[in-house]
Amino acid sequence: MSEILLQIQDLSVEFSGYRGIAKVLDRVSLSLRAGEIFGVVGETGCGKSVMAKSVLRLIPEPPGRITSGRILLRGEDILQADNRRLRTIRGNLVSMIFQEPMSSLNPVFTVGNQMREVLQLHRPLDRHAAETTCIDLLRRVQLPDAASILAKYPHELSGGMRQRVMIAMALSCDPDLLIADEPTTALDVTVQGQVLAILTRLTKEQGVTVLFITHDMGVVAQTCNRVAVMYAGHVVEVAEVTSLFAAPRHPYTKGLMACIPTIDEDRETLASIAGTVPELIAPPPGCRFIARCPHAKAVCNERPGLFSVGPDHFVACHLYRSDRRQEEST
Amino acid sequence: MNPVIDVRHLVKHFPLTGGLLGRKIQLLKAVDGVSLAVARGETLGLVGESGSGKSTVGNCILRLIEPDRGDILLAGQSILTLTGQELRRARRRMQMVFQDPQSSLDPRMTVKKIVGYPLEVHGLAASSAEIADRVAHLLQEVGLSSDHLDRYPHEFSGGQRQRIGIARALITEPDFIIFDEPTSALDVSVQAQILNLIKDLQRRHGYAYLFISHDLTVVRHISHRIAVMYLGTLVESATRKELFDHPAHPYTLALLASAPKPNPLLRQELAVLQGDPPSPVQVPPGCRFHPRCPHAMEICRDTEPEQHNISPTGAASPHLVCCHLYREGHRR
Amino acid sequence: MAIATLRHHPRFRELGLTVKILGRNPLAVAGGIIITAMILLATFAPLLAPFDPIGISLSDRLKPPSGNHFFGTDEMGRDIFSRVLYGARISMVIGLMVVGIAGGLGTLIGATAGFIGGRIDNFIMRLMDVMLSFPSLVLAMALAAAMGPSLTSAVFAVTVVMIPKFARLVRGEALAVREMPYIAAARVSGAKNGWIILHHVIPNCISTVIVLGTLTLGDTILVAASLSFIGLGAQPPTPEWGAMISVGRKFLMDQWWYATFPGLFILVTVIGFNVLGDALRDVLDPRIRR
Ligand SMILES: Nc1ncnc2c1ncn2[C@@H]1O[C@H](COP(=O)(O)OP(=O)(O)OP(=O)(O)O)[C@@H](O)[C@H]1O
Ligand SMILES: Nc1ncnc2c1ncn2[C@@H]1O[C@H](COP(=O)(O)OP(=O)(O)OP(=O)(O)O)[C@@H](O)[C@H]1O
Ligand SMILES: [Mg+2]
Ligand SMILES: [Mg+2]
Repeated sequence: MSEILLQIQDLSVEFSGYRGIAKVLDRVSLSLRAGEIFGVVGETGCGKSVMAKSVLRLIPEPPGRITSGRILLRGEDILQADNRRLRTIRGNLVSMIFQEPMSSLNPVFTVGNQMREVLQLHRPLDRHAAETTCIDLLRRVQLPDAASILAKYPHELSGGMRQRVMIAMALSCDPDLLIADEPTTALDVTVQGQVLAILTRLTKEQGVTVLFITHDMGVVAQTCNRVAVMYAGHVVEVAEVTSLFAAPRHPYTKGLMACIPTIDEDRETLASIAGTVPELIAPPPGCRFIARCPHAKAVCNERPGLFSVGPDHFVACHLYRSDRRQEEST
Repeated sequence: MNPVIDVRHLVKHFPLTGGLLGRKIQLLKAVDGVSLAVARGETLGLVGESGSGKSTVGNCILRLIEPDRGDILLAGQSILTLTGQELRRARRRMQMVFQDPQSSLDPRMTVKKIVGYPLEVHGLAASSAEIADRVAHLLQEVGLSSDHLDRYPHEFSGGQRQRIGIARALITEPDFIIFDEPTSALDVSVQAQILNLIKDLQRRHGYAYLFISHDLTVVRHISHRIAVMYLGTLVESATRKELFDHPAHPYTLALLASAPKPNPLLRQELAVLQGDPPSPVQVPPGCRFHPRCPHAMEICRDTEPEQHNISPTGAASPHLVCCHLYREGHRR
Repeated sequence: MAIATLRHHPRFRELGLTVKILGRNPLAVAGGIIITAMILLATFAPLLAPFDPIGISLSDRLKPPSGNHFFGTDEMGRDIFSRVLYGARISMVIGLMVVGIAGGLGTLIGATAGFIGGRIDNFIMRLMDVMLSFPSLVLAMALAAAMGPSLTSAVFAVTVVMIPKFARLVRGEALAVREMPYIAAARVSGAKNGWIILHHVIPNCISTVIVLGTLTLGDTILVAASLSFIGLGAQPPTPEWGAMISVGRKFLMDQWWYATFPGLFILVTVIGFNVLGDALRDVLDPRIRR
């Protein structure tokens, strides 16, 4: 089993608003092994982005607050890092690409300008060397005519091109961990295909570990090694991608899988999960899926631990409670 | 079979203005000769990538924007010449459900008003009690309860809001409804609920649907026939079964191949196509798809392909494809 | 039953929420208290004022503040405290009238221009620009020259200048609202332009109008007082704050209380409205509200 790169332990995050305090993440634990693409799936608002931002300490405080937990990158707790150390971590060790590449590029500077700046921030390069490095980077994300793209402004590029520029920038400083928060959600399928292919190839070549956030089960199946399923601020299932798709265990995961219309078969009616996501301001005390779960019992008012149900497959559901109860130890 | 809605050679070019005096400098060819028809009880799925002109087709049919050329027949009668009162009356028979359930409901109106005002503006109800009655009834039909009458949109979840949007479209008892990506802002589990509802309503009332989406999987689930759009034109149209069993146009094939399948054991080559869709301002000459097409031939660069019917002889519904690969009666 | 149903009326729930959120903002509470106090003082001035605001008593000329005359007296022996209270009445009425008329007309004009767009919009907005480019002082001077200096001409001048401010703001909002899908939905449902403006555009602009209105109330009171100060508005002996300062300034060296108290009231009122307006802007912003 390979080395653990990132370990999130008991992370809780709250946001205070006019209507009260929302417990957006509640004691979430995960660990990423070096070199893998780790997927995080879940519906809108379940806390995927908040978790990703916590790793880079990008949660706006206030209204947000990290109330408990540790985030260990190679054993070093990011939550304890001072500002100087944080700057080194961001960019050199961990970098991030966002859903909307437009908003993370500055509209008033050319692409070349911004890429050079990022490069020179982390590496002692003169202008000319930086320029050639940029062109090389853009080639690697398969942007044709790299030199002319450097002279362009972000709005002159298509969405797919902008996202490729972002990937090039994110990988330019050889990070250990890349956080990709729905990097292809805003793109068309044919362009999404290209971007996903580039992303997976480059990360493999550079040996980068990826935390890949998405809500598209198809994208997960095609790109990830292991997956965590989140529901309303809890991690409900963690598994190898093949075993998750072959045998989903948590009732929520099962429901989610059944909802997906597939391109290969015709179904008369789609299965769906009745009910709605609980309010995060006053969530149920135990399992947060309790109100929609067909198997809910009294014991579900207690928070279930993560139970092992197979090699590398863990579920937070009382249905799988057994004597060989075992917290995820990896 | 008489179609409820029949669109013929629809053209819409947006002028792009520029310069000091606002001169027209270029034309954005959003829709360039689209024909389609939908019969009662039938769903036509319209798929295509962002900017291919799907919404523009929908908006032209409802005359939210005026088409430049072509004709639109509602139950055999052209609606492009209608004005004022007549147009408003025709609109009662056509409705639309919008993509973003958040911004398509006025945040300052209660559900009762949002769903009920079409009755008010058309003078279709005698009293406000009757409006409330009919709205309550409809809310039940779309899976909400009459307790929700006096609530504001922000008090609902995304899926519930989309149900309100659907109720609003149903209240004038239309014949034809356009769904413009009604589920693309929703989660999969909610999407499934809404798709089931849409299907179920059609089964009970026999509405004709134009279902716009960029997602072939969703369209496959809901449609009887499917039309694929690329850069303002239809490149292929066929019945659902025919299209999925025998996709013909290289673009359709690419769309099918790039959709990531939820099966980790079948790792796909996802980068099927190279390049980005060109801008509708600079439409490539010849076949619009040729710069990205893996099968591009010499002829594709300068000659626009014609429509070829490649359905097996005797098929009820034609399988039309615009591609030079199928000229000279090439059959599959 | 009436009250029970009223309490559950949707608009009431929204209003309740607004008040509740405002209550958590200390600045908003302060502004609210000041404004409420001013309104109460203005309303009950006849009961609260110990003296007739224009009653002359030459024996009591220019007395400093005392237990009898809280704010002292002026050069005619009139009680400044009573005059300031009556002055609150005048200022409030001017403010509400100007903001009511300018806000109402401006909203209607702006909503129509923004929603209809095109040539009509262009024409209306150029007209508004012309109106906006008149300084209210110059306009008031012209009006004063034409109709004689009076409170009415001052109010008129200020109103005319305020209309374009509302119109511009509302037009901006209306341009955004026009593009919302719910407007397309209304069109599809067969609604006419007038109906859409009344039922969709204006209700969606109303919160910005309320904010601008509150902020403008302070401005209006200030401008009206300035006009009176330079002799173009209320004429003495009307107990208008600006007019009082205007006369009082001659005595500022020796009788500090004369101009100070009306000035203080102007200051507090204007601050009150501005603070409340800022807080309202935050609260009514739907992005924050969610
Ligand atoms: N800056 C913020 N202020 C207040 N609440 C926030 C903030 N950021 C996130 N939240 C809340 O945290 C919850 C989780 O948000 P998050 O963005 O992590 O969801 P997500 O899983 O990424 O969803 P999506 O798929 O829509 O991106 C939501 O309920 C959201 O309202
Ligand atoms: N009112 C308008 N003025 C100018 N151009 C427009 C207008 N509406 C649409 N367009 C342009 O027409 C083209 C087609 O747009 P349309 O909205 O129909 O695409 P779509 O297929 O619905 O895309 P999406 O999947 O992103 O909704 C786009 O390039 C768009 O920029
Ligand atoms: Mg997110
Ligand atoms: Mg569209």
